[in-house]
Amino acid sequence: MAGAHGEHTAHAVPMKYLLGTWAALIVLTWATVAVTKVDLGALNIYVALGVAVVKATLVALYFMHLRWDKPFNSIVFIGALLFLGLFIAFAMVDTLEYKPDLIPGHAPDLEANAS
Amino acid sequence: MSAHADHPAHLQHHFENSEQQFESSKLGMWLFLGTELLMFGGLFCAYAIYRANHPEIFMYAHHFLDTQLGAINTVVLICSSLTMAWGVRAAQLGQRGLLIVMLLLTLLCAGGFMGIKYVEYSHKISHGLLWGNNFEAQDAHGHGGHGAKHGDEHAADHGEGHAADDGHAAADDHGHAAHDDSHGADGHVTDMVAVEDASAPNVVVVADADAPVIPNAPSGPSGLAAPKPAKDAHAGPGEAPPNPHIFFGIYFAMTGLHGIHVLGGMVVITWLIIGAFRGAYGPEYFTPVDLVGLYWHIVDLIWIFLFPLLYLIH
Repeated sequence: MAGAHGEHTAHAVPMKYLLGTWAALIVLTWATVAVTKVDLGALNIYVALGVAVVKATLVALYFMHLRWDKPFNSIVFIGALLFLGLFIAFAMVDTLEYKPDLIPGHAPDLEANAS
Repeated sequence: MSAHADHPAHLQHHFENSEQQFESSKLGMWLFLGTELLMFGGLFCAYAIYRANHPEIFMYAHHFLDTQLGAINTVVLICSSLTMAWGVRAAQLGQRGLLIVMLLLTLLCAGGFMGIKYVEYSHKISHGLLWGNNFEAQDAHGHGGHGAKHGDEHAADHGEGHAADDGHAAADDHGHAAHDDSHGADGHVTDMVAVEDASAPNVVVVADADAPVIPNAPSGPSGLAAPKPAKDAHAGPGEAPPNPHIFFGIYFAMTGLHGIHVLGGMVVITWLIIGAFRGAYGPEYFTPVDLVGLYWHIVDLIWIFLFPLLYLIH
């Protein structure tokens, strides 16, 4: 926070948080790649996304200063993410309702499964 | 506010004090970042829809991406986020020299990211791994349409002979057959002729432009024994499903838009460096550094999600 004539001093993020966050991000990046060598089936993408969420949280909290900011900035950020979630969720629900076998030849996986 | 002596130079007249101005600026940047998330979110939605409906396209096409380069790019951006956040801290503490160094390092990392992107893109362009109608069919080894200058690097990658771009069709000991292609990646006509000989059971013939251009994966000793989804990263892409260009359309749209944001960030960081040289930023006023930092972290954040979704598909 910048103050008028030095009434408040700006909160500079302490070095240990900057370096610690950076180290954690590097480790998590390595973990993301390492986990792909392990076959977890359908779970793989969720683990990868989960690690990405943890990384994003670290970046937002410490690099982007949200941990010490006014809460309204966090509300804006999380609000955008929630609306994005709604957006993708509804689009997915809609697309999964489609009946692709109505137009033969346009659904390769259906043809392979001969459903 | 009549006298200009009683408030700092950077304080604009519609604000009570510097703190209110700073908080307002910061909120404005966060609102903009919200719009950025939703803009990229549209592309993430496209990814989700297409991957849910056609996972085979993603399983096939992701083999053409270099995971190592993607991981290096991720690390590069993470380092750039550190240097950017460190730069903000330096501005807040009045460490002008350190601020300049950190901004320069951030710019360097951004340049490195774009350099690796250039390498990736040029590889894809030369192999015809493009969007929509520009996509050129790949055979089982991932060799596609013959672009201008990719022969050497491709041979170096795979350690095998490759058909030269001078009109000669060549089948090397892997039975790698060239395919008749009426439009090369650069638009020039290459007179590649399908090669069929007794020793190479795999034949790829494309008679005319109307025939499907996606060749079947060759079976036999030099090709894949049976087309199956590749579980092992070294197994290769396998047989191409219909519409593989969908993946590359999504890939180029997402990474392209992200790359444009990196370039824009580089321009703004350069502007910050110029200002830092002039001593414009210090403990009283570091708002531009802080806000550009927020923008830069969002760029990093988006890549943190792009990397596993595009490069780490299994």
